[in-house]
Amino acid sequence: MTKGTVIQAEGLTKQFGDFIAVDHISFEVKKGEIFGFLGANGAGKTTAMRMLCGLSMPTSGKATVAGFDVYKENEAIKRSIGYMSQKFSLYEDLTVKENMRFYGGIYGKSDAFIKQKTAFILEHLKLEKEANLLVKSLPLGWKQKLAFSVAVFHEPEIVFLDEPTGGVDPVTRREFWSMIYEAADQGTTVFVTTHYMDEAEYCNRVSIMVDGRIEALDTTIALKKKYEADSMDEVFLKLARGAKRGE
Amino acid sequence: MRQFTSFIKKEFYHIFRDRRTLFILLGMPVIQIVIFGFALTNEVKNAKIAVLDQSKDVASIALLDEFNASRYFDIERNLTSYNEIEPAFKAGKLKMIIVIPSSFGEELKHLNKAQVQLIADASDPNVANTLTNYASAIIMDYQARITQERKLPYTIKAEFRMLYNPQMKGAYNFVPGVMAMVLLLVCTMMTAITIVKEKEMGTMEIMLVSPVRPILVVVAKAVPYLVLSIVNIISILLLSVYVLEVPINGSIPLLMGVSILFILVSLALGLLISAATDTQQTAMFISLIALFLPTVMLSGFMFPVENMPFPLRTVSNIVPAKWYYFIVKSVMIKGLGFSSIIKEVAILTGMLVFFLLMAVKKFKIRLA
Repeated sequence: MTKGTVIQAEGLTKQFGDFIAVDHISFEVKKGEIFGFLGANGAGKTTAMRMLCGLSMPTSGKATVAGFDVYKENEAIKRSIGYMSQKFSLYEDLTVKENMRFYGGIYGKSDAFIKQKTAFILEHLKLEKEANLLVKSLPLGWKQKLAFSVAVFHEPEIVFLDEPTGGVDPVTRREFWSMIYEAADQGTTVFVTTHYMDEAEYCNRVSIMVDGRIEALDTTIALKKKYEADSMDEVFLKLARGAKRGE
Repeated sequence: MRQFTSFIKKEFYHIFRDRRTLFILLGMPVIQIVIFGFALTNEVKNAKIAVLDQSKDVASIALLDEFNASRYFDIERNLTSYNEIEPAFKAGKLKMIIVIPSSFGEELKHLNKAQVQLIADASDPNVANTLTNYASAIIMDYQARITQERKLPYTIKAEFRMLYNPQMKGAYNFVPGVMAMVLLLVCTMMTAITIVKEKEMGTMEIMLVSPVRPILVVVAKAVPYLVLSIVNIISILLLSVYVLEVPINGSIPLLMGVSILFILVSLALGLLISAATDTQQTAMFISLIALFLPTVMLSGFMFPVENMPFPLRTVSNIVPAKWYYFIVKSVMIKGLGFSSIIKEVAILTGMLVFFLLMAVKKFKIRLA
């Protein structure tokens, strides 16, 4: 493992019966990097991500996350990562503050830490006035930003974002990405799946999955050059055209 | 431990924020006790009856006085001929008509036997049955009295004693039933729904990628419902003792102990359902169809299990409420001790272990 590598996968495979959801993928992600994990629906992104998060056992291959083995050191991995799923994941009937206290609590953080961190986030998101409102009364964009803050509340080494910006307007998406940049600047590694190709442009490096395999992996500039494309959209279309799996 | 308390706190927020559900959870046992206690009773009081007394002698009047004195009957009308019987029933209010033939007093005096006809409206068979039983009892009473007066040499007099429930109150039967029903509903259905809700919302996934052990998530879910159920048991017992006047004859700690065992069985069942379903609707549907109906039908609470056909009797054995119902009746009504319910307690414990193992297994499969 090269120095500064936080995620490393080698020939990682997941098979459900005859169906090979993830087919021998290999890649490395460096500390503080924003790594885009692209692919059409059904290409195997979520399955690959679930293996890295310790939610699903790989069928074969090797992988380490934050230096821990995905087969054996599941628990240690869980302590080092944050996760935000495509389904919205705050409790609607809890207030903003209660949600943070709860997530801080399940990661075993102290009251002092929780208090200080909550105050910091509320100030940062300019949500001080809304701190004691139920989450369900907030607009979607705010909920999404809040969900991200909660995912990195316990200051994980790596944060996994599974299609975090689904259904959000472009302005909020931009704000959301500036939050991701801030996190990366502080040394958090960001592993993000998306199918918005304009978002891919924000990533340091992207991989494109087609039918369970990684077909391309590089910086966006290099990929555009290689596939003689003006945008990531074009790159993606050129690669995804060969896909056999449908929705 | 810290994780655990955060969790439990969160669960209580969920429950207390949802006022409507909370009201249903805590109000349901009270409402059920009231409904079963005052509305749905098998006893028939002040049934309206009519009399066709063709005899009108001392004996018949004395007999009818007995009827009048009883709280079960109100003599509403006196009919004068057989032709009036049919229309009287058709008018709809009468439940029974007593027909006393013209020779009643004479025959009683000289032949030592006489006949009385009881005609009941059996469109409601239970009421008809109950009323004819009451009426027979009154007639027997009357007969016993006149035989005493005359000192006949050979008579057999049957004496009844209704053990454990001398007043034949329906409440003795349904209080244990309501306990089983409420506990099952609160524990099984609510736990299943709340866990499945986390799956639906996507928050379950967040739990699973966190260092929290899945078992902790599940236990934390169950704790608030355990507390609510204990509150419910206490309120049911208080209502039954002070409002319905059903005594607790056995040991209260034993009763609470077995109730907690039943709560755990119900919670484990809820867990199993939640592990097997993905939407709240399915979870609710399964809880209602697969648990609630069998509990009402097959636990012996509404219909005696002994009289059911063999296949149903067999099925009733896998209904946890049947065993709990038996235990509560034994401990609460009959005042029996632990030694007489060992078998039932063992069965419930076995069910608890089985459901828990199944639930854990299901849960693990899903994670793989």
